[in-house]
Amino acid sequence: MQPSRVPFYRAVYELFSSMRFAISLLTVLAIASVIGTVLKQNEPYANYIIELGPFWFKVFSILGLYDVYHAGWFLAILLFLVLSTGFCIYRQAPLMLRELKSFREHATEVSLRAFSHQAVFSPIAASASVVQRLTAYLSGQGYRFKVGGDMQTLIAAKTGSYNRLGYILTHSAIVIICIGGLVDGNIPLKVQESLGYKKIETRDVPSGQVPAISRLSPANLSFRGSVSIPEGGAADVIYLNVADGYLVQDLPFQIHLKKFRIEHYATGQPKSFESDIVITDRASNKSLEGTVSVNHPIIYRGVAIYQASFGDGGSGLTMNGWNLFSPAAKPSPYKGQVSQAFGLSNGAELYTVEVVDFKAFNVQDTGEAEPAAAKKPGFWQNTSRALSSAAAVTSSNKRLHNVGPSYQYKIRDAQGQAREYHNYMQPLNIEGRRYLVSGVRDAPNETFRYLRLPVDENDGIEGYMRLRATLFDKTQYPEIARRFAAAAMPAESAGGEALRARLAESTVKVLEMFSRGGFGSLARFIEDSVPKAEQERAAETYLKVLERSVLEAYQVSRARAGQAPAQVDERTMQFVRDSLNAINDSFFYGAPVYLQLTGFDEVMSSGLQLTRSPGKNLVYAGSVLLILGVFVMFYIRERRIWLLVKAEGAGRPGEILFAMSSNRKTLDFEKEFNMHKQNLTELLNLETAVDRSTGGLMQ
Amino acid sequence: MEAIQGGYRRPSFFRGLNWFDWAYAAVLAAGSLYAYKLYGGYMDGYEKGILFLTAGSFIGLGWFWKPMRSLLPLVAALSLFGISQYHGELARAGQAFWLKYLFSSQSAIMWMSALFVMATAGYWLGLASRSDFVCRVSAGITWSAAAMGLIGLLVRWYESYLIGADVGHIPLSNLYEVFILFSIITALLYLYYEQYYRNRQLGAFVLPVISAAVAFLLWYTFDREAHHIQPLVPALQSYWMKIHVPANFVGYGAFSLAAMIGVAHLLVSKGILASRLPALEVLDDVMYKAIAIGFAFFTIATILGAMWAAEAWGGYWSWDPKETWALIVWLNYAAWLHMRLVKGLRGPILAWWAVVGLLVTVFAFLGVNMFLSGLHSYGTL
Ligand code: HEM
Repeated sequence: MQPSRVPFYRAVYELFSSMRFAISLLTVLAIASVIGTVLKQNEPYANYIIELGPFWFKVFSILGLYDVYHAGWFLAILLFLVLSTGFCIYRQAPLMLRELKSFREHATEVSLRAFSHQAVFSPIAASASVVQRLTAYLSGQGYRFKVGGDMQTLIAAKTGSYNRLGYILTHSAIVIICIGGLVDGNIPLKVQESLGYKKIETRDVPSGQVPAISRLSPANLSFRGSVSIPEGGAADVIYLNVADGYLVQDLPFQIHLKKFRIEHYATGQPKSFESDIVITDRASNKSLEGTVSVNHPIIYRGVAIYQASFGDGGSGLTMNGWNLFSPAAKPSPYKGQVSQAFGLSNGAELYTVEVVDFKAFNVQDTGEAEPAAAKKPGFWQNTSRALSSAAAVTSSNKRLHNVGPSYQYKIRDAQGQAREYHNYMQPLNIEGRRYLVSGVRDAPNETFRYLRLPVDENDGIEGYMRLRATLFDKTQYPEIARRFAAAAMPAESAGGEALRARLAESTVKVLEMFSRGGFGSLARFIEDSVPKAEQERAAETYLKVLERSVLEAYQVSRARAGQAPAQVDERTMQFVRDSLNAINDSFFYGAPVYLQLTGFDEVMSSGLQLTRSPGKNLVYAGSVLLILGVFVMFYIRERRIWLLVKAEGAGRPGEILFAMSSNRKTLDFEKEFNMHKQNLTELLNLETAVDRSTGGLMQ
Repeated sequence: MEAIQGGYRRPSFFRGLNWFDWAYAAVLAAGSLYAYKLYGGYMDGYEKGILFLTAGSFIGLGWFWKPMRSLLPLVAALSLFGISQYHGELARAGQAFWLKYLFSSQSAIMWMSALFVMATAGYWLGLASRSDFVCRVSAGITWSAAAMGLIGLLVRWYESYLIGADVGHIPLSNLYEVFILFSIITALLYLYYEQYYRNRQLGAFVLPVISAAVAFLLWYTFDREAHHIQPLVPALQSYWMKIHVPANFVGYGAFSLAAMIGVAHLLVSKGILASRLPALEVLDDVMYKAIAIGFAFFTIATILGAMWAAEAWGGYWSWDPKETWALIVWLNYAAWLHMRLVKGLRGPILAWWAVVGLLVTVFAFLGVNMFLSGLHSYGTL
């Protein structure tokens, strides 16, 4: 015998509309969603290669894990969910609607007796007035009812039927929301891309040079992209990031950025980002002015314009270039602009300076308001601080300070090797002293190492630069050495002349070595020429000589600049030590020139995000249905009551069969059943009812 | 006979309200109108809407759950008293007697913390000694803790304006503040079920979760000094925050509650503490109710979040880690509800599931902030 075969489409329908399948899909969807939160999405592909290595990069790339939520297989899961829910509605909704309308007034006595919640009231004199009392009771309890039956009277009553609408509302909401999401997803684009109608642009070229195959027309139904506009500039395209490249979306209007503003709180944290823009329609040439800020987009012709980011739009900068290894004490002036490059030479080699970024504000936790912070406060101190909210409210804010402008640039040598620099314009307080700092790093993923240049009594860098120039000027060494020797060995000391000459000679040597390679040269010299046992002492001596002679160098440099000699005190000595460290560190600075920022003319740029998302309305409509549906499902409880009134028959008294059901078996239902049983018993003037319930909740 | 029938008539909701209900409503309405008269000039349309919707929902809440009619006016009165002690000077928080020891936001929050810990101990003592009296006292302590927490938040709201008119904002903007909100909401949800089911034993299970939140709060205060009021970053300056965040925390609170009931369920089904705790049917029921209310509010919160995102980031759904984890939480409980309601599943599996659900929820709430980066700017640890 041939087993009856289920047709294939029927089997698919059964599977899709089954709840087990739906639950499985929900689970798969949840797990798939996790991937995208663990692996950073939409990063430049280069980052993934570094992180994963070429093999796994390829594997992940094939699986579409860099943009999971737009990967084909992910969209397929969503589509299955839509289908599954859709079929489920198709299958269930008619049943639900029938349930909603029906009183089930054709229930038979046999079926009622099979109910888990039922009771019998007896003896009863069945009469029209009993039926009337019962129906009055039911409507008093908020039930609607139907009275029927031929042999005996059946009152079928129900309340909360709209619960069934909840199912339809929530489940169609899911379908509607998903469709809305798919409309706004990039499915049409993906299709066009896979058919070869569109190609991702990966070159870094001006938007005008992007060919038509990588452009989308203004009629495009749905997009989300961004553009960065400098102050005074304008844009009529945006860029959509796709995989490792982008597409250009032409806009039906032009956006001109008049001004970008950042406002700050008193503490220096940013308070608002705002762009004053002018939108000019391409078709009508009409203009509209407005301000976009975070949380306050402008919507124009169905395109929403958001404040997304900001940056430098080409600020003009003036700099002083200090040659770190030459005897020149004067800087040469330079002019530059962010995102532009200029040439630079130290006399021997040519370099290019590429200015990367400029920031007028730098809010930092300078840790100044609480000098005692080094000592960890005790428990009680801590407690009382936490308790007195007022003091607490401000103490941490006080430490935040604006430390002034900074800029970032790359110096590229003739071979194309580049290092990145980060300079602050104003001296920073570090460990109670002030320095101009300049950070350097060899690669973008490193942190900056900072060169600290000590400032002089005028808070300027000139004092240090003059000292540095003097130290790299060999013609000054005899004079420095003479002064040092004279100071170290006063004229009248024994053995005078010859010893002093020897001391001066070795001073010159120390200075020469230091100016050739910093402390490292000195250390190497000591290692090579001093017996091991005495190296430590020798190093100490040499350091002392160096320090003292550099102090003399400082005095020489001041004299040459026509300044009075510096007082020899702890502050000056500290300055000398800091200068020694700075010169030493210059050998590792990687650039021949320190570019000190002297002035700027800030031009900001504003990053705007533009979206057109027609699916949004569907999503919102679906959301409203979803919320409605969920509340309807949870809080409108469907309950049905049947009262079968049986006149007395052969040898048995009249009785009323009371049965109750609900599609949600909860304690509330149990309670209500008992209440009705109790009420009806009283209403019918009986002592007790016979409870025929077969089970409790666990059924 | 008519009389008997009349006795069984379920009174309509409004007829069932007594003078206290109406007086409560009148006070709330008058209060919000007064606030509107004072500050309406500084509000935009949405904020006016939120003011009156809030008043309306609190009236509804009070009518629905009667103890609220006492709690909310008491909290309002004490907060106003606290605020009146400032004389517009923040420094008085550490000097004026009432502020220093009770009603400055920080003191009130410390009181809340202490009271929650006491209530936890109390409920366990009550459970161990089978003493209904001790449990009743613990419930009282829980009420006071919730009241102090609410006062703390309200006064903190005022304090933020004392720092600077532009700094002032509703205290729902960072992890510290939402942890307070979490503790309060979880406690109130629990108190509601305690009353509804006439059962005080479950406090021993629910309060520990609140105490854990309090422990985190204290660590956050003492170790990280996170209790300082910070100005809002631009992305958070939105009226959406006022509705999105509380809705979310009704969800989180209810899910935590359900998980703790799940723990009780698992113990009872193994026979542990079975004689002291409610029957499995009751535990099943509370668990379902909590997950249902949590799910409903979490749905609202997620949708509100999407609407906010549409306004702040330019897209209602960006698959940001926080959003995505909210979806995962939501899908998880949707599956839970299907299993219970459609498949009729009951018992330990659902209890385990509710407990695991809490882990997922905690990850969405805390883990995402700690381990994943994204657009949600508040609350990095
Ligand atoms: C994204 C997919 C889905 C979501 C988020 C979802 C959500 C929900 C929610 C929240 C409920 C409410 C629970 C309650 O009754 O209180 C529910 C109930 C229900 N769902 Fe789904 N659902 C989905 C898909 C499906 C599918 C595909 C089916 C088809 C088998 C299904 C069948 C049902 C049924 C039969 C109920 C109970 C209705 C009732 O008895 O009143 N669901 N669903």
